[in-house]
Amino acid sequence: MSDWYRDFANSGFGTTITKQLGLPRPAQLRRYEPGQPLLPGPAVVGSAGEGRLRDEVTGLLRDAGVTVVSPVAADGSTDGERLAAVLLDATGLTGPADLAAAHDFLAPALKRLRPSGRVLVLADPPTGTSSPAQAAARQALEGLVRSLAKELRSGSTANLVHVPLGAEGSLASPLRFFLSGRSAYVDGQVLAVTAAELPSAADAEQPLAGKVAVVTGAARGIGAAIARVLARDGAHVVAVDVPAAGEQLAQVANEVGGTAVALDITGDDAGPRLAAQLVARHGGVDVVVHNAGITRDKLLVNMDAARWNSVMAVNLQAQLDLTQALLATDGALKPDARVVCVSSQSGIAGNRGQTNYAASKAGVIGMVRSWAPEFAERGATINAVAPGFIVTEMTAKMPLGTREVGSRLNSLQQGGLPVDVAETIAWLAQPGSAGVNGQVVRVCGQSLLGA
Amino acid sequence: MAPQTRKAAIVGGNRIPFARSNGAYARASNQDMLTATLDGLVARFGLQGQQVGEVVAGAVLKHARDFNLTRESVLGSRLSAATPAYDVQQACGTGLEAAVLVANKIALGQLESGIAGGVDTTSDAPMALNEDMRRALLAVNSAKTLQQRLKALSGIRPGQLVPEVPRNAEPRTGLAMGDHAAITAAEWEIGREEQDELTVRSHQALAAAYDRGFFDDLVTPFLGLTRDQNLRPDSSLEKLARLKPVFGQGADATMTAGNSTPLTDGASAVLLASDEWAAEHDLPVLAHLVDAQTAAVDYVHGGEGLLMAPAYAVPVLLARNELTLQDFDFYEVHEAFASTVLATMKAWEDPAFCKDKLGLDAPLGSIDRAKLNVHGSSLAAGHPFAATGGRIIATLAKALHEAGPGKRGLISICAAGGQGVVAILES
Repeated sequence: MSDWYRDFANSGFGTTITKQLGLPRPAQLRRYEPGQPLLPGPAVVGSAGEGRLRDEVTGLLRDAGVTVVSPVAADGSTDGERLAAVLLDATGLTGPADLAAAHDFLAPALKRLRPSGRVLVLADPPTGTSSPAQAAARQALEGLVRSLAKELRSGSTANLVHVPLGAEGSLASPLRFFLSGRSAYVDGQVLAVTAAELPSAADAEQPLAGKVAVVTGAARGIGAAIARVLARDGAHVVAVDVPAAGEQLAQVANEVGGTAVALDITGDDAGPRLAAQLVARHGGVDVVVHNAGITRDKLLVNMDAARWNSVMAVNLQAQLDLTQALLATDGALKPDARVVCVSSQSGIAGNRGQTNYAASKAGVIGMVRSWAPEFAERGATINAVAPGFIVTEMTAKMPLGTREVGSRLNSLQQGGLPVDVAETIAWLAQPGSAGVNGQVVRVCGQSLLGA
Repeated sequence: MAPQTRKAAIVGGNRIPFARSNGAYARASNQDMLTATLDGLVARFGLQGQQVGEVVAGAVLKHARDFNLTRESVLGSRLSAATPAYDVQQACGTGLEAAVLVANKIALGQLESGIAGGVDTTSDAPMALNEDMRRALLAVNSAKTLQQRLKALSGIRPGQLVPEVPRNAEPRTGLAMGDHAAITAAEWEIGREEQDELTVRSHQALAAAYDRGFFDDLVTPFLGLTRDQNLRPDSSLEKLARLKPVFGQGADATMTAGNSTPLTDGASAVLLASDEWAAEHDLPVLAHLVDAQTAAVDYVHGGEGLLMAPAYAVPVLLARNELTLQDFDFYEVHEAFASTVLATMKAWEDPAFCKDKLGLDAPLGSIDRAKLNVHGSSLAAGHPFAATGGRIIATLAKALHEAGPGKRGLISICAAGGQGVVAILES
């Protein structure tokens, strides 16, 4: 499943050809590996208006071992090596005029950005003010960041985090995620954090140490990648898949030192059965990843009830039922649990031939948003991750043309990998991500679809 | 020394779906199948890298190179390489006997945990050199000079290239096991229809158990096979009635390929432990192995049927445990042939047999058919000789666990050589 075009575009001859012809030049993305520093180079922190986060962010960066340099002068001169990250504190915006400062800070800094660089803008949510001018300026940032993400090349990304007053403590986890290689394929996104009770700092290398994580659909593809990444981060993984996939499931469970559970999650008693086992064998579960999903594509007019019903049963109803069963079973779901539901770009943008699939995946988003306040009350979170074009065994079977076009229609000009989805899920599963709740995080390289 | 014994707990089991001979596992070796089965068990109970007390397993049809089959399988599995293992072989009783050995060591406090299993392939079966060829080659091997070697080689003849293929026959009678069973069936006047009925029930019960997810935590698919290849959910009396008898003579022949088990490939394993070990590992206890008994009959000169030994073993086991044949909630009587199950039950009901052969004052009586092989047995699942014991133990232990505490099950397995292994499980 190698990206032959990306490899070609990065070869000596390929570089010349693609440049001359103006062809897409997808980059080798910087991906996370244990032991890696948060950033491969220095970061710069600037502000637009009198913000409240600059010192906090600078402190967080220094704690993570990042060198923070002073802003780049307008003429592009700098006091050191090229930048790995550019952070803008825009919490001081009072009106559109303040946005000029954002431009003045970003423009010279971006010229100094390294490949796979990170641009992260921090702002108040537009809804948090009664001033139309202030709301306009805050909303304007979305247009700025999303366009900037499209302008960046060489695997660099730009994202926006909304930090309402009082939620500053929740920033550390998303900040680390967006700067690190874990967010390689997350681009052009807007994330909102909320105030939450945060646990004491966990081991950065093993943020899930001592946690039990259940992953549905874990026998292959994205589910297997999720199991691997959660285990790498320290979790004991309970890998669930249909009995027919038991051979691969056992291999995944053995690879990650976890437990295999063969279970049809659409079965009548699947939820209670799984909940009972999680209580008896593991003393409850800390992380639940609803990943299992199927496609049964057909145009709506040609779609039979079986296709509609099976997709709904696996992709949506099972997520509802399993979550409900875990909530209803004493001791099954830890109070500070993290539930992550896999949605899809199709659920946001729609896709021809996928009315059933898109409906189920859009439904997941509705479910997550509805449950979020209840989860917040118990110190838990529930979020959705919406993958875009992810290179799997399934996409490998697509016709070459469809696959090539599909994989290039995003700002990073390449398909994502299962590990990119897994890293995002593992981040949401961290104890430190308590302030990220009810969110939909797209892992799509800023896909053109549904943007 | 442990002052007193304790009952070994059955934590769970795993097997690969059983395949018909030269079917899905045609190219899988005993070691491949046993390793995959152990790995499935490891995955189910999170035993990666862990050392269990001992792994005991065996195969009936075994290559000479597989002298340390179980230990080699352990080394290829995800268990700790510091897990000791040994092979046993008691024909079709291998799997149950292995479990009894593990359970007894647990009972004595010599083990805290152990895995018992069995595997057999009739596809990747060992084939021996023709005896004349073997002698000739041994002579070549022991020759010291070139001249001697050439002389020894000159003794080889084309006819010696014909290998010795293993046969499913008793060495002392030359009769196939089915032929022996047919003699017993005729003796006990076991009819064709009752054999076919038992067969249909076996297929239907096994299919129903799969359908309700009963085997979800007992079976791990292997090489693309997700259910037993021999299973015919649509089996019916009409279809079975059309089959021609393959064992027995003349008009009285009743045994067909349908109501006899086919040659099968497969493997199974059962995790046993002390209650303490299971609790420490947060693992369930499905049932305990209470007691076991073996018996053997003289089928060569003694006038007893080859597969009738369990009929002798059960009353001994019952007496020692002060139980009657009716004191059980489940009966697992291995279906080597439908007629074997029926003949065994008929013998227990027969006053003359129970008095003359078993030395009992009264017959053992009949057993409630509704409690017999309720999740199907070998006629449907197939019978990879050494793997059948593990299949039955795990199936019965789970059934007992589902039924609740204090339930009791009886296992009866007949074996080649006129032997039988029987055991009692209790939830």
